[in-house]
Amino acid sequence: MTRTSLETVLAILREEFDELLSAWLETQKAEGVRRPDLFSDRESRRQLGELLRGLGDGIDAADDQRTLNLEAEPWAGLRAALEEVTHERVERGVSPSEMATFVLALKQPVFARLRQKLEAAPDKLIEEITEFSRLLDAVAMHTNEHFIAERDQIIERQRTEMMELSTPVVQLWDRVLTIPLIGTLDSVRAQEVMENLLNSIVEESAEVVIVDITGVRVVDTQVAQHLLRTAAAVRLMGAEAIISGISPKIAQTMVELGVDVGEVTTRPTIRAALSDAFRKVGFSIERRGDADRG
Amino acid sequence: MAEAASVYLVERVLLVAIRDNITDTEIMNLQEELSDRIVAEGARGVVIDIAALEIVDTFVGRVLAQLSSMARLLAAETYVVGMRPAVAMTLVELGMDLSGSKTALSLSHALRRLRRDGLA
Amino acid sequence: MNALRSGVVKTVSLDRERDIASARYAVSKVCDELGARALRKVRFVTAVSEVARNCVDHGGGGWLDIEILRKPTRIGVRCIDEGAGIPNIEEAMRDGFTTAGSMGKGLGGARRLVDIFEISNRPSGGLEVRLVSAL
Repeated sequence: MTRTSLETVLAILREEFDELLSAWLETQKAEGVRRPDLFSDRESRRQLGELLRGLGDGIDAADDQRTLNLEAEPWAGLRAALEEVTHERVERGVSPSEMATFVLALKQPVFARLRQKLEAAPDKLIEEITEFSRLLDAVAMHTNEHFIAERDQIIERQRTEMMELSTPVVQLWDRVLTIPLIGTLDSVRAQEVMENLLNSIVEESAEVVIVDITGVRVVDTQVAQHLLRTAAAVRLMGAEAIISGISPKIAQTMVELGVDVGEVTTRPTIRAALSDAFRKVGFSIERRGDADRG
Repeated sequence: MAEAASVYLVERVLLVAIRDNITDTEIMNLQEELSDRIVAEGARGVVIDIAALEIVDTFVGRVLAQLSSMARLLAAETYVVGMRPAVAMTLVELGMDLSGSKTALSLSHALRRLRRDGLA
Repeated sequence: MNALRSGVVKTVSLDRERDIASARYAVSKVCDELGARALRKVRFVTAVSEVARNCVDHGGGGWLDIEILRKPTRIGVRCIDEGAGIPNIEEAMRDGFTTAGSMGKGLGGARRLVDIFEISNRPSGGLEVRLVSAL
């Protein structure tokens, strides 16, 4: 029993490296996954070369093909090459099925060469085709998993960036902050709003924060709960929250829903909240005597 | 006891800094020591600095609330100061809002308010 | 160094009240080693504190396993006591439920602080609570 049943495949990978590489590129082109718009020929050749080398080294070193485990040591080179290729393609917006086809496009050129070499040994031919097919399917699967993990990371990063954009904490005056909420307020967003706000309280030594909900579309029981929790957390930090932008319609809804705001200060407009906030931190706004009264 | 928290009297205010990872018994002992000292020193204010506390669970939260109620019975106002953002969010999630205690950003903020109210 | 390990990385025995603080400290350290965000860590360690206190105060003591789960990386804690278990778990999980004079926000609160919360009576007696959270 040889260490690998894929000795012919291995020989092809080693001896016909350049030809195979070109054939693989051609198949990718035919399948429409070569993406010359994203990668130069030279770049593609280099990446595919690394993959082929990793594949060959893996087949050579893996002691048992039956327990195919790409996480094992012999496949480290292949994994590294795959991860690089996947990373770059995710960044450039390639789809998951394109990614799988990209890997599987290697089957055709390898099979063609196997048929030539093993013409006289049909049993061996079938064995190697089956084995290599299994190996490449596993590689495609691994690529896909890695692809999805990479994409999740990107989505998470974009979400965080958007969150920071959509919930800016603004300093209105010394010790006075505001956070204008816009759109919808679900649990995840509410938590991020709260976290942002509380960290800003520490950074700015804020004593009053105005949570303005003028731009919040719907205030239902859940949104009201989020707002009241935010106010409670602000108070625990030693600052005070004012919720502004409560329209008559929102006030009516809140009463109908039986929402009790308790001790939390609410104001119809951010203007009313601001004048309150000034008073709380010891300032007052007054009209200058010479002001134009127009 | 001495290691669990340090207690100083400044003006007529007891300043208490709680060390991190305080045990249940230690904080119960602190509660007892504080009630004794409020009476002995005639303190009108208590400021509990929890900035060092990485975690405040329901037990510690409850003791802090009890401390405030007890101090009020002995005519002293209690401020809990220095709570970390993550701790505040977690306590709210646990349904503990310490509604019986006053809060301030820091020791100096609390002292300013106690002075304003003529308690320091 | 736990950065690359998975499975149970530490066991803390919970016999005395002081062990609750040790459990918090140990879990907090593992969270740090895994690079947990501050809020995630505080929520998880607070939940551990509630569960550990329940074990010492009501379960007659026991132990707690800290484990690292992979893909994606998460932290888990399994807390097992040798007490009589809880006859009606759902009721015990309700906010405000109390047995030995605690205010009963403990276990119910802990459930809200973690991603996965499993609680069951063990066939051999005692209570098993499992907490898992992403970092």
